[in-house]
Amino acid sequence: MKKATFLPYLIWMIMFIVIPLILVLFYAFTVSTPEGYKLSLDNFKRFFEPVYLKVILRSLGLALVSTLICLVLGYPVAMIMAGNTFSRRDVLMLLFVVPMWMNFLLRTYAWLAILERNGILNIALSWLKLPSVNILYTNAAVVLGMVYNFLPFMVLPIYSVLRKIDKGVIEAAHDLGANPVGVFTKVILPLSVPGIVSGVTMVFMPALTTFIISRLLGGGQFTLIGNLIEQQFLVVGDWGFGSAISVIMIVFILLSMGIMSFFEDADKEKTLW
Amino acid sequence: MVKFLKKCYVYLIFAFLYVPILVLMVYSFNDSRSRGTWGGFTLRWYVELFQDRAIMSSLYYTILIAVIASFVATVIGTLAALGIYNAKGFKKKLTMNLTYIPVLNPDIVTGISLMILFVFAKIQLGFVTLLLAHITFNIPYVVLSILPKLRQLNKHLYEAALDLGATPNQAFWKVIIPEIMPGIITGFLLAFTLSIDDFVISFFTTGSGVSTLSITAYSMARRGINPKINALSTLMFLLVLVLLVIVNVRQEREEKKGKDGKNGSKARIGSPSPDRNDPRFGPDWL
Repeated sequence: MKKATFLPYLIWMIMFIVIPLILVLFYAFTVSTPEGYKLSLDNFKRFFEPVYLKVILRSLGLALVSTLICLVLGYPVAMIMAGNTFSRRDVLMLLFVVPMWMNFLLRTYAWLAILERNGILNIALSWLKLPSVNILYTNAAVVLGMVYNFLPFMVLPIYSVLRKIDKGVIEAAHDLGANPVGVFTKVILPLSVPGIVSGVTMVFMPALTTFIISRLLGGGQFTLIGNLIEQQFLVVGDWGFGSAISVIMIVFILLSMGIMSFFEDADKEKTLW
Repeated sequence: MVKFLKKCYVYLIFAFLYVPILVLMVYSFNDSRSRGTWGGFTLRWYVELFQDRAIMSSLYYTILIAVIASFVATVIGTLAALGIYNAKGFKKKLTMNLTYIPVLNPDIVTGISLMILFVFAKIQLGFVTLLLAHITFNIPYVVLSILPKLRQLNKHLYEAALDLGATPNQAFWKVIIPEIMPGIITGFLLAFTLSIDDFVISFFTTGSGVSTLSITAYSMARRGINPKINALSTLMFLLVLVLLVIVNVRQEREEKKGKDGKNGSKARIGSPSPDRNDPRFGPDWL
């Protein structure tokens, strides 16, 4: 067969993936002076100013809270789906991912109509004679948006790991005298750790990098890392600082991927296939 | 009893996932601008949608870019997959790792890095840059759709064709290409869908005057709720749904056919974490 047909691809990827990333690094580690660009860590130093640290902490905080809520809501779903409660499990799982096929932006936008002052939520609450809530443009709305968008990313990996657990192991635990709680905490939960880890990573990463959810549901004044990057590039025009934040974000992503692959390898040894 | 509670819980979560989409769809037929009241059934917003200049222009660009980008990505990606399949050692590793970068990078980083490149290279942001960006994020998915098909390919098929008197060219076009065609088509459809669905990367790489549907929807949504977006969302959801059903049905059929293949034809081929935007991600777990 013809050789080296990947050359156009290689050239394309170097031009449009590698060089742009190098440019990001370049802008992150230099400052513009009258004599030209100078190597410097100033952009990273700025990052530690209280204003920006607050943004980072808020992003990390909201991403963590959303991840935790996804885990707490999602784990039971994955467990029930993996069990024998439902007969048409495959159809149900398919239905579970269908909402993800809607454009991310539009899914988030859908919550505007529900959460706004005269939205569905408050109409429903007033029917029930309950006081109205105004959570739109608050932290709560952003977390809600994240949970809504990323919940399937938590459920799916856990589900697939739980499905692979050998039923015999669970029966053995029962036979050996473990009560249901013991079976769960000592057998099922440890065996599902790889699924949890990959679910957590897959929720945490997009939650950390999003700027749409915070913009639409958090209002204009609400800033997360993603919004900060967007602002630096599109509004302020400070590419150096924007690039530095992007580099930090990539580091976060690489770290969480590293943790994830560590657990994935452990998983392979256990399941042996 | 426990079973009943379990079912209730799952149905509640399903309601959580579906209610917002249903609300959006229902409101797209509501003949009243305020959400609080139901003003009767209407198709007014759909009519207005198709009369809106900005939306129609972005629809035109969305489709034009999706068609060109997925076509170019399919050509380059197919060549790349063939090359990677035949390559060995360092070159193979390098190319494969490059393939995973845009899949794993957050969209916002891909977006701003491309924007820096275009501005740096003094290319005016607009149609061309948008197209280049879309091709860039599409190719890896095409490559990842075709590689599994190549792995299933019988190594001796090509030699057999040559032994039976085919020229290398004939063997390539009449034997190899038809064998991997399902992967090529899946890759094309996937690229097309991703292209239509993309917001973040387009947002950073487009210029004035050129806008895609999701960018238009975003700028309208920022100004609050607009029934036209509801109508637009409903249509886009249905469109993407149809496309993805086609892709997944195809893949499932392929998987059934390829069961005897060593690795199966899982398109995810060992990617440590499938991208969250990869719509294949879902059904792959089933």
